[in-house]
Amino acid sequence: MAQMDQSKIRNFCIVAHIDHGKSTLADRIIERTGLLTEREMQAQVLDNMDLERERGITIKAQAVRTVYKAKDGEEYILNLIDTPGHVDFNYEVSRSLAACDGAILVVDAAQGIEAQTLANVYLALDHDLEVIPVINKIDLPSAEPQRVIDEIEDVIGIEAQDAPLISAKNGIGIDEVLEAVVQKLPAPSGSADNPLKALIFDSVYDSYKGVIIFCRIKEGTVKKGTRIKMMATGAEQDVVEVGYFGAGQFIACDELSAGMVGYITASIKNLKETQVGDTVTDADSPCAEPLPGYKKVQSMVYCGLYPADGAKYPDLRDALEKLQLNDASLQYEPETSAALGFGFRCGFLGLLHLEIIQERLEREYNLDLVTTAPGVVYRVYKTNGDMVELTNPSNLPDPSEIDYMEEPIVSAEIMVTTEFIGSIMQLCQERRGRYVSTEYIETTRALLKYDLPLNEIIYDFFDALKSRSRGYASFDYEIKGYERSSLVKLDILINREEVDALSFIVHADSAYERGRRMCEKLKEEIPRHLFEIPIQAAVGGKVIARETVKAMRKDVLAKCYGGDITRKKKLLEKQKEGKKRMRQIGSVEIPQKAFMSVLKLDDD
Amino acid sequence: MSEGKHVHERKRLMESEKDECSHGKKPLAIYLHIPFCVRKCLYCDFLSAPASADRIEHYVNLLLREIQAAADSGQLQDYEAATVFLGGGTPSLLAASQIERILCKLRSVLPVRADAEITTEMNPGTVTKEKLADLRRIGINRISIGVQSLQDDELALLGRIHRAAEVYRLWEWTEQLQFRNRSLDLMSGIPGQTAESFLDTLNKAAALEPEHISAYSLIVEEGTPFYAMYPNGAVDEETDRKLYALTKEVLKKHGYERYEISNYAKDGYACRHNLTYWMRGEYLGFGLGAASLMGDVRFRNAGDMTEYERDIGMRETRAADSGKGREPESGSAIKGAHEQDVALRSAYAEWEVLSVKDRMAETMFLGLRLTKGVSEQAFYEQFGCSLYEVYGSILEKHRKNGLLKQKDGFFFLTEYGLDVSNYVMADFLL
Repeated sequence: MAQMDQSKIRNFCIVAHIDHGKSTLADRIIERTGLLTEREMQAQVLDNMDLERERGITIKAQAVRTVYKAKDGEEYILNLIDTPGHVDFNYEVSRSLAACDGAILVVDAAQGIEAQTLANVYLALDHDLEVIPVINKIDLPSAEPQRVIDEIEDVIGIEAQDAPLISAKNGIGIDEVLEAVVQKLPAPSGSADNPLKALIFDSVYDSYKGVIIFCRIKEGTVKKGTRIKMMATGAEQDVVEVGYFGAGQFIACDELSAGMVGYITASIKNLKETQVGDTVTDADSPCAEPLPGYKKVQSMVYCGLYPADGAKYPDLRDALEKLQLNDASLQYEPETSAALGFGFRCGFLGLLHLEIIQERLEREYNLDLVTTAPGVVYRVYKTNGDMVELTNPSNLPDPSEIDYMEEPIVSAEIMVTTEFIGSIMQLCQERRGRYVSTEYIETTRALLKYDLPLNEIIYDFFDALKSRSRGYASFDYEIKGYERSSLVKLDILINREEVDALSFIVHADSAYERGRRMCEKLKEEIPRHLFEIPIQAAVGGKVIARETVKAMRKDVLAKCYGGDITRKKKLLEKQKEGKKRMRQIGSVEIPQKAFMSVLKLDDD
Repeated sequence: MSEGKHVHERKRLMESEKDECSHGKKPLAIYLHIPFCVRKCLYCDFLSAPASADRIEHYVNLLLREIQAAADSGQLQDYEAATVFLGGGTPSLLAASQIERILCKLRSVLPVRADAEITTEMNPGTVTKEKLADLRRIGINRISIGVQSLQDDELALLGRIHRAAEVYRLWEWTEQLQFRNRSLDLMSGIPGQTAESFLDTLNKAAALEPEHISAYSLIVEEGTPFYAMYPNGAVDEETDRKLYALTKEVLKKHGYERYEISNYAKDGYACRHNLTYWMRGEYLGFGLGAASLMGDVRFRNAGDMTEYERDIGMRETRAADSGKGREPESGSAIKGAHEQDVALRSAYAEWEVLSVKDRMAETMFLGLRLTKGVSEQAFYEQFGCSLYEVYGSILEKHRKNGLLKQKDGFFFLTEYGLDVSNYVMADFLL
């Protein structure tokens, strides 16, 4: 490829609240710029994971390069980087933004600004990106574009009067969006002659090419044969191939220079050598300083992941390693549970992140998993003055050594229509929330602010919020800090044996209630045995709740009619299959489902 | 059951086997399904429904065609009927003449042993003395009466069409007509049933001195009206267990031996037809949804009337085709032919060729239903390896837990083992 005219490149992303139409707009842009014919278009081409399409959300940042012939007669190269919309994936958004110079803000013409609209816009502004607003779904009967335009100007404070009014779904106004990108977003800066400085914003593993680094070239040039160095890890390799992103495919080219977005392969086999956020430079003439990278994210939610079949432990390890390669926010370390055997304690950005990782492991890597109850990171201050960050309840020091404990608190912002304020406030109260303020955005909508303990919202707060507001409330939070709290470890004893995988930390006031419900739930899940099984919940060795699984007295098929043996056999096969999925704890067989069911205590 | 009676029972079977040697015929149990009833009981999940006389007559003709097609296709070659069992539904809903036509057809294509056990099930509300006499005349020598309960309120609740008085009347006729092998079906766990009412039913039934009693716990099956009425079971667990314990205790006192999980008999009157199922003898079922085991193949008729009728047509065509060119295959080829016969296979709704592992598992989970249990010797003779080699650790585990015992070369379930037999049997699947 000839030397690129930097002024004809636009690197941008699309940010939006979930469901406001970001992925659809991306599809239209790709379609309009002729990268794919309409027939080749599959809805949401950027979302190439099955899971993303099914849930209609974007999890991994994806990039695509298209060429647009603008009304000024010039051809522009557009590098579009898709970003996730959910609050759990701020880290991914952050990565994508660092590779861009501008952002399109998509706002739903009917719903207006939502919590994540704000969160994402602020992230973009933090990265010094130029933001151009776009009003989507103007074809909806309930669309009120002017109201939304005013809202954008009032709430965010960016110019929006000439925002393109579009319907991404129906392909209305796409040209206006593309013209705005070309005219209003800045071209990248940087010189092709400076020492190489490229930001790794993503990577994937390919079994033939090794690690494929997705990067934004900030300064300098990289081509085949360049000896590159990862500044953080120090790893060096010769470049095998460089190129850019077609839709769903890699297209090789001669070189990548400052301002461009593309990929590098260099026969890198070790996933750990390429960290997202690291800077790639030329080993022979390195740049002086690495790029700032991104803010390292802290895992907020932890849980144990165990292979259902103990022999699959190495497979789980490999899978986690591969997932971590392009999801640096996933953290894991090996742990051992007396009940579940070998597994990993994993850290996630939030509960949705946890669910997505769990599903990806199950689908993409064909693993059958047992998940322990998710928990947050507690700080345990010991009497000897030490502080321990506790991610696994089993590691709680002896109570005699504990001076006090702290738990993470979040500042939560809940956008809700006024009619539901009462029920949402009640929900926050129930979850130990501390009221901060109510701001009326409009007469019918308010922004409720609460401080909430993180461990009260990681289970099902979002679901409860949706159900109590008939789906109208939206929710965003950020970590505020740690606060001292009266916390206890709740242990579960099955047949008088403590089951480590079922222990969790809970506020002292809710210990009894949670313990009682855990026991009830486990009683439903644990099948009868030949003997009676007591299920107890205990705090500090003191039993606070108890249920009993009665001994099995009858399990018999009285009649096998007319020699119908097949039916009987099927019944026995089902029974045997059930036994296989059990975990043996002492002399008790516990279905793997039981470990999961305790996560859903609040369903009823 | 005492050893003496085991021996007695086995001797009868062995004699049958000897007969086979004498004239070279293998024993076969024949099942005939009659999927009709006056009214469906509220707990019933069997293939059965009320039908018009025309439909019943049409069905009888289908049965005759099916039997003929089996003969024409060589399925019956080298066999003779050791037992015949008419089940339902309510077989006694058929006219005696219809049953006679079925039995005649059967006798015309398959030798029926002189000592064959020929049973029909019977609902006390569907039989007259004349019909009973006709049945006796046409060769029915065993009757199985669906009594369920001798309390009228319980019968009403079950949705049965008969009452206790009709049971006693029918019983009187069987005495007069000299039926000497009669079974009563009783049911425990009927909603509202108490220990007193059930004890009364048991005592009254035993006082009639039937040769055989089947006593089942009512299981509320999905899809029945009872399932909607009693989603958590018809009676609470305590009651259910109490009634179950009563069954064992009372029938024992009256001289009945429990020879299978739900079956009790006076000396020598265990149901030979049902024993065939538990001991994996060969059986051929005719009629809607009827199941069969021939050689190493389990197969089954369609449960849908249209499909069933179509499949009979297919078998007839196939029999006609194969009959044109050559004689039916010789006996030794039948087994192989069964497994490989694609045309025959496609004329059944289910067709499963059993592997050695399947057969071992069946030997165990069917054999353990019998109080006598599974013979180590027989297992070895059939499979060429010992029970221990295949099931050593499982046998040990259940023996340790008091569910299984070993005595005189037999492995059998203990009383508690029988109570939780599914739990044990599931382990024997391979």
